[in-house]
Amino acid sequence: MTAQASTTGGVETGGGTWRFSADQPLRLDSGAILLPLEIAYKTYGRLNDARTNAVLVCHALTGDQHLASTHPITGKPGWWDLYVGPGRPLDPERHFIICTNVVGGCMGTTGPASVDTKSGEAYGLKFPVITIADMVRAQAMLIDALGIECLFAAVGGSMGGMQVLQWAADYPDKLFSAVCIAGAARHSAQNIAFHEVGRQAIMADPNWCGGAYLAAGVRPDKGLAVARMAAHITYLSESALQRKFGRELQKDGLSWGFDADFQVESYLRHQGASFVDRFDANSYLYITRALDYFDLSAQYGGVLAQAFRKARHVKFCVLSFSSDWLYPTEESRDVVRALNGAGCRASFAEIETDKGHDAFFLADPQLDQTLRGFLAAQAQARGLG
Amino acid sequence: MSAIREDFREILSLVRPGARVLDVGCEDGELLELLTREKSVDGQGLEISPEGVSACLARGLAVVQGDGDRDLDHFPTRAFDYAILSKTLQQMREPRHVLSELLRIADQAVVSVPNFGHWKVRWALLSRGRMPETGALPEPWWSTPNIHLCTLRDFTTLCDDLDLRIDACMSLADGKPARSIDPRQPIENWRAETALFLLSRKVEGAVVAPAAKSDLFG
Repeated sequence: MTAQASTTGGVETGGGTWRFSADQPLRLDSGAILLPLEIAYKTYGRLNDARTNAVLVCHALTGDQHLASTHPITGKPGWWDLYVGPGRPLDPERHFIICTNVVGGCMGTTGPASVDTKSGEAYGLKFPVITIADMVRAQAMLIDALGIECLFAAVGGSMGGMQVLQWAADYPDKLFSAVCIAGAARHSAQNIAFHEVGRQAIMADPNWCGGAYLAAGVRPDKGLAVARMAAHITYLSESALQRKFGRELQKDGLSWGFDADFQVESYLRHQGASFVDRFDANSYLYITRALDYFDLSAQYGGVLAQAFRKARHVKFCVLSFSSDWLYPTEESRDVVRALNGAGCRASFAEIETDKGHDAFFLADPQLDQTLRGFLAAQAQARGLG
Repeated sequence: MSAIREDFREILSLVRPGARVLDVGCEDGELLELLTREKSVDGQGLEISPEGVSACLARGLAVVQGDGDRDLDHFPTRAFDYAILSKTLQQMREPRHVLSELLRIADQAVVSVPNFGHWKVRWALLSRGRMPETGALPEPWWSTPNIHLCTLRDFTTLCDDLDLRIDACMSLADGKPARSIDPRQPIENWRAETALFLLSRKVEGAVVAPAAKSDLFG
């Protein structure tokens, strides 16, 4: 493995790429085996001597391991900078915070753009289909490798929240507490439908080349940008779009053509164009597929509560946003009912906001307070002081 | 400790240390925090208002934003030792169902209700011919959340219908010490302003033997 440790802004950061040896392949739900496995990760803070203060933060569909430090490609602050840092709910002075790039991702963890050692070329569509459980299995391998027996908390929003639920189902003994924000226990028909639009946009781009665009020296940027634009709408809410853009124009008067007359068009085009600089089209296909395949109750005879029956000692916090129509509150309520049904101690709150699904990344005093309150109580129970 | 509400003090005295407690309509979590601190209970709250839920979370309590009328069904049978419903049964859409759910989920229920048979209530209705506004029922008819008021006798009759045993009953009144009463005595239906009940199921082995009365109320 390669690892660096350094101190940035008073925070001890670490991480790198963990290369698992040939006798440690990742066994996938599909039956396929991923070998070799590399996991790119970042850490913030220091693991205490008792190894009891580790927090795993799981990222969303297009997120990565750059949780609270400058992104190497975009130069922007970490995606959860508002909630991770000195004095924030997740505090490197108290917690050892780990964030890994998911399997299938494109920021250093093995994914479709990685080189397949068998052929010497990028996997492309030869990469096996992966699941949320596969992502979690890989994370558990890294946690083991780092010498951590039990996480103080697993925390995640959106797809990250789904990983947290999968952690509770698959590795309850390695979990002390769990925070699932704006997540769900399964992908709905609407979720799958939007993903299919995105995938079709990518695959309709001639530069996609049947998935072998890296060998052809091109990139399906147009298709990927359209996929991002469509998805981005689902991350906002009607009222947030209206508040932000209304029918405001870019310039005075209409162009009487198909330029980006409206500010909302220009905004979406920008979102699409900047996304392709940092994301791989095939990764988008594979990770959206993993999300679509996600149905935590499926392996428990359709009874979600059964998934949590071994996690009764885990303290859960489930949060939703009132204007989130991608993973609506009712999805979180289903999770909470299943947790109650399994006899787990769970907290649940619906946070009032008009910012839609993306509220999870944005400054929200109620989210901040809730995370602080929950984590402080768990820290006390864990003896973290 | 001086500022503890009278009904909270009574509930505190009758909950076993270390018990599993569900507080339905836990508001800002004051009672649950008290029970956690004083009795080391394993507590879970259910609260409908976002402000209440936030307050509970800030106190580090486990709380679910939800509705006592709708969300009790999702708790497994006998998941708790006690289910507490403080002064809100009369605000439920289906109090009978809620009461039987409490005693499905928990071995014992702690339920307090304002007594509509209290003499002040009777007198207000008799003398003025208008819906009573008293200390226990302070709001006018058009804004009160109390949609299913009952008298002590109504409540004990419902307990009989549901095959519930009344393990203990206390009369509560503002500013006065709590008083252990027999709720079936007609005089108590005049005298008790608010009554706090400890209930359990009569049938199927009754699960746990109710503690002796002296343990319950000191």
